[in-house]
Amino acid sequence: MPRMAVGRTTKLAVIGTAAGLFSGLFGVGGGIVMVPLLVLWLGYDQRVATGTSLAAIVLIAAVGAATQLGYGTVKLDKGVLVGLPAIVGVLAGTWLQQRLSTRWLSLLFSVLLVAVAIDLVAK
Amino acid sequence: MLAAALIGILGGVLSGLFGVGGGIVFVPALALAAALSQVDAEATSLLAIIPVAFVGTLRQLRYGNVELRDGVLLGALAAAGSVGGVALANIVSGRALQLGFAALMVIVAVQMARRALRGGGGDREGERRDGSANPDRG
Repeated sequence: MPRMAVGRTTKLAVIGTAAGLFSGLFGVGGGIVMVPLLVLWLGYDQRVATGTSLAAIVLIAAVGAATQLGYGTVKLDKGVLVGLPAIVGVLAGTWLQQRLSTRWLSLLFSVLLVAVAIDLVAK
Repeated sequence: MLAAALIGILGGVLSGLFGVGGGIVFVPALALAAALSQVDAEATSLLAIIPVAFVGTLRQLRYGNVELRDGVLLGALAAAGSVGGVALANIVSGRALQLGFAALMVIVAVQMARRALRGGGGDREGERRDGSANPDRG
């Protein structure tokens, strides 16, 4: 598929930087910024956008957690309490995702975006 | 305890479905169910996100849904960008930015929904199978 040569890498760089800026500014994670931009701006398939976003989030969260470790704000026991069950959840989520149409995924993602926006305003 | 586990599962499902970290669920969960302060909850949420995103990435790799090089580039820049974001948060007025960002998110949501309803939905089958369908990647 032909795509404008207006730097794919440049676009990725802008998306990554924007995701980081917003997550640093508002504490709202990178995925909510990266996924729609990858879809709308780079023409990513919705599923590929989520998969690629997750790969980026591994790095983002690792760097973020490592930074916070120095401040003693990371509570390991509590993190495990939520993080371990969440692994079961993510297995279910990715499984379910393969069985939903791209259209439904996009619509549900729009709902999530609005929910996060409301949450942000309510803060 | 049980609440924390259930909320963890919910966050994981959201993460797998939508490619987000799950912090939107983890942070309030840790603050309420585990009685952490907001700062501690946000930091601890980052730790919880690592294995979730990692396992999610592995699954999506198997489905052929990861552009790994793009993801690494995004992640590296975002990690750097967030340092700038934190610095910026201490300088500028947070509320106006917050409202502006929220409005932007709603606009993007409308765009995505309209696109999906038009039937476009971003289906690019050639690109889904592997990364080779991207003509202009570096």
